[in-house]
Amino acid sequence: MSDQTYVTKDPRGPVTQLATPIRLDYLFTAGLSLSRNLRGYQRAEFVGQKCPTCGKVYVPSRGSCPVDGVALTEEVPLKNTGTVTTYCVVNVPFAGQSIKIPYICAQILLDGANLSFMGLIQECDVEDIHMGMRVEAVWVDEADLVPSLASVKYFRPTGEPDADYETYREYL
Amino acid sequence: MSQIPAAKQGHRPVAVVAFALSHVVRAETNANEVEMLMPVVHEVFAKAGITKDDVGFICSGSTDYLIGGPFSFVTALDAIGVWPPKSESHVEMDGAWALYEAFVRLQEGDIDIALVYGFGKSSLGDLDKIFALQLDPYTMAPLNPDLVSLAALQARAVIDQGIASEEDFAAVAARSRKSALSNEFAQVRRDDSLEDLMAEPYAVSPLRRHCLPPISDGASAIILVAGDRAFDLVERPAWITGIDHRIETHAIGARNLAVSTSTAKAAEMAGVGEGPVDLAEVHAPFASQEVILTTALGLPSDTVINPSGGALAANALMSGGLTRIGEAAQAILDGRAKRVVAHATSGPVLQQNLVCVLEGA
Amino acid sequence: MAERVAVIGVGQTYHRSKRDDVSIAGLVREAAVRALEDAGCTWDDIDAVVIGKAPDMFEGIMMPELYLAAALGAVGKPMFRVHTAGSVGGSTAVVAAHLVAGGIHQRVLTVAFEKQSDSDAMWALSVPQPFSAPLLAGAGGYFAPIIRAYMRRSGAPLDTGMRVAVKDRLHALKNPYAHLKMPDISMEKVEESVMLWDPLHYLESCPSSDGAAAMVLGSEKAAAQAEASTGRRPAWVHGMAMRSEPTMFAGRNQVNPQAGRDCARDVYAQAGITNPREQLDCAEVYVPFSWYEPMWLENLGFAPEGEGWKLTQSGATSLDGGDIPWNCSGGVLSSNPIGASGMLRFLEAALQVRGLAGEHQVDGARKALGHAYGGGAQFFAMWVVGADRPE
Repeated sequence: MSDQTYVTKDPRGPVTQLATPIRLDYLFTAGLSLSRNLRGYQRAEFVGQKCPTCGKVYVPSRGSCPVDGVALTEEVPLKNTGTVTTYCVVNVPFAGQSIKIPYICAQILLDGANLSFMGLIQECDVEDIHMGMRVEAVWVDEADLVPSLASVKYFRPTGEPDADYETYREYL
Repeated sequence: MSQIPAAKQGHRPVAVVAFALSHVVRAETNANEVEMLMPVVHEVFAKAGITKDDVGFICSGSTDYLIGGPFSFVTALDAIGVWPPKSESHVEMDGAWALYEAFVRLQEGDIDIALVYGFGKSSLGDLDKIFALQLDPYTMAPLNPDLVSLAALQARAVIDQGIASEEDFAAVAARSRKSALSNEFAQVRRDDSLEDLMAEPYAVSPLRRHCLPPISDGASAIILVAGDRAFDLVERPAWITGIDHRIETHAIGARNLAVSTSTAKAAEMAGVGEGPVDLAEVHAPFASQEVILTTALGLPSDTVINPSGGALAANALMSGGLTRIGEAAQAILDGRAKRVVAHATSGPVLQQNLVCVLEGA
Repeated sequence: MAERVAVIGVGQTYHRSKRDDVSIAGLVREAAVRALEDAGCTWDDIDAVVIGKAPDMFEGIMMPELYLAAALGAVGKPMFRVHTAGSVGGSTAVVAAHLVAGGIHQRVLTVAFEKQSDSDAMWALSVPQPFSAPLLAGAGGYFAPIIRAYMRRSGAPLDTGMRVAVKDRLHALKNPYAHLKMPDISMEKVEESVMLWDPLHYLESCPSSDGAAAMVLGSEKAAAQAEASTGRRPAWVHGMAMRSEPTMFAGRNQVNPQAGRDCARDVYAQAGITNPREQLDCAEVYVPFSWYEPMWLENLGFAPEGEGWKLTQSGATSLDGGDIPWNCSGGVLSSNPIGASGMLRFLEAALQVRGLAGEHQVDGARKALGHAYGGGAQFFAMWVVGADRPE
């Protein structure tokens, strides 16, 4: 341990920790590219964006093609359906968690996109989730649509036969 | 081929060959950090005549506390496109220190070209609260001292020690924003009279509003090249002949706030006094700080200071110091100067300072 | 062209879940003082200080190097703060080494730390950001799906991860500084522990620790002086590199990241290594979740792609009878002060080739790898250190 011992006459002993509550408020800028995704969610649509250099379609977009470092210029409407490329079952409580454990998180590759994103899977037993499962998005009611991914309630199995491993092997 | 001026330390000569920055604004409400940075990076590549594939090392400066989330520098990499994988690093400091890291990395001899950038949006959060978190967490931060009050303590020391007066501060503010009229990238560009400025009420005595820097969003980038390769890219590279940085104690009560010992030491190590200085870009966000720094740098009183307008005209945090180096270097690149000094600061009331001397043939 | 760099002193704290006997300044100083003593140096001998740690939001101090300047003897000197996510401990050491290699300084003190008991790392990592998808799974939940993909691709036996969890904790029993001491660790205990993010059990994940690591890096001249005054020989840096790639992009290989492979290739080329398994005596590798050992065995070229698990299963990576022991210190699975964890790997590799690793020493170790990674496994920093001065 440390080389010194601290002695105090105070019967409560030395102070070992000091808690200073802090609150910071921030404005966030979605950015031009992500705004297109967010407006899409408001319409219950997934909007893919295509890189002019490599042609890959990203959803959602943070503003650029991460490989080429250029702005994504073309909008590509995408379907509601996709494939689970990989997944995990969350069993641990953590701060900010809003769903009852255990629950399934999966990487979902939407049809027509070149990058998967993480989504919540419901209407599926934790034993049944598997790679290659076909899923579809379930949106909130029209009156509740907002410019955010919160418009997607969750993804659920479509019941279609599994996607071929080769079709998603290189995507996680 | 031109002669390369001798450098004070290191094995390899390193030069700034290109500099680019965004138009600094009060709030960039449309573009996010990636979108704000991307055009600056594209422009600096274009000016240097290179692509990302020519770059051997990338280093950036930024802070999570401006964006309000961890790993903010990670998403910024999307603006560059680090593919194939690149040797890349990051400092949670102003981009001027990222430039220092790149300068050191280039000494190795295995790579010749480095990209350095800094970025930040001050408009997103409450700077006073954020910067209180930069202070000793046990004894200072819980008191929540704001940036302006700390600078006012320093300004009071400057006045009480007979170094400068409130009128001197106003003159610095007026000169800076007037100089900025010829800098399209600056934010606060105006020609104020001393009378008007002195008539303003105090923000925090003895600082009036005009003594304070603006709140700014912005980004800047520099390309560094080592060795003769610099001459392949531009006609007049701005060679770094001296670069050093020093830090002082954090305890404000243990420092004489009116004297910048770290700047003086860094200036000595960088060799500021060893030749004429055509112009100096000094990173002084508060008008009361300029005289402290110019004194510590040992600059003659008739030296041209901050022709860009300096931090009083545009104060994009995390790129502000890098921009000082860029602006000074640009004067050499353009053929307007032969020997320049740039300075960058970090920490509360000038706790840490970096000095850079650049020379052109 | 470059100067030779030596590790002339190392120091670390006793890593615990809560060090309530020291402030942050006290924590870093404890490691720094030990490193100075090991190097036979005083504070005045140090030319510069390079410090690294994970995101500032963990402890809630913005740019903590400012507050730590005096505690680390940096007043009047250059001080630098590196932040490259989880690899930061490693990249800090690399940045410090370049200061010596570039002929800028003779002796550099490099420090990395995390006081996790003072922080809320889980919160800091999952701060809800508008417009971003909510972090549904927590930090480990990011890696669990990748591990599942590795298991599928390689066909590895399902207990491979648990073997690593047991091995590293057994190693930790021989390291007085390690945090987790579990003398009765066993495969059964790991399997019985709660499943956090399937397929990761609780005991297959790293702990949360308070800790700091420090090293004194010196030039050849400084190394000669240190050896003469202390009688302890230095570790020589034979190669070092950093690589980054984007976190997410179409076609990214998350299981076997290119940046990791490129970084290793660069370091091996500098150090003259063509067969890591044969030519290295041991390795300290950043394995925060058990399955990353077989994955990194492949990524770092110790085994062909898809076969890393075979080395783990065969016991090759164990200090007890293995030919290429990994993480003899107990690794990240036994001590994880996040900002320091990378530097601990670099430091432990140096200890091994100096012959100073005590009970967890690999007999006759002369060349070792130190490795760190961070972010979404996209930042890598590595070095190879050796007992001999490089040519």
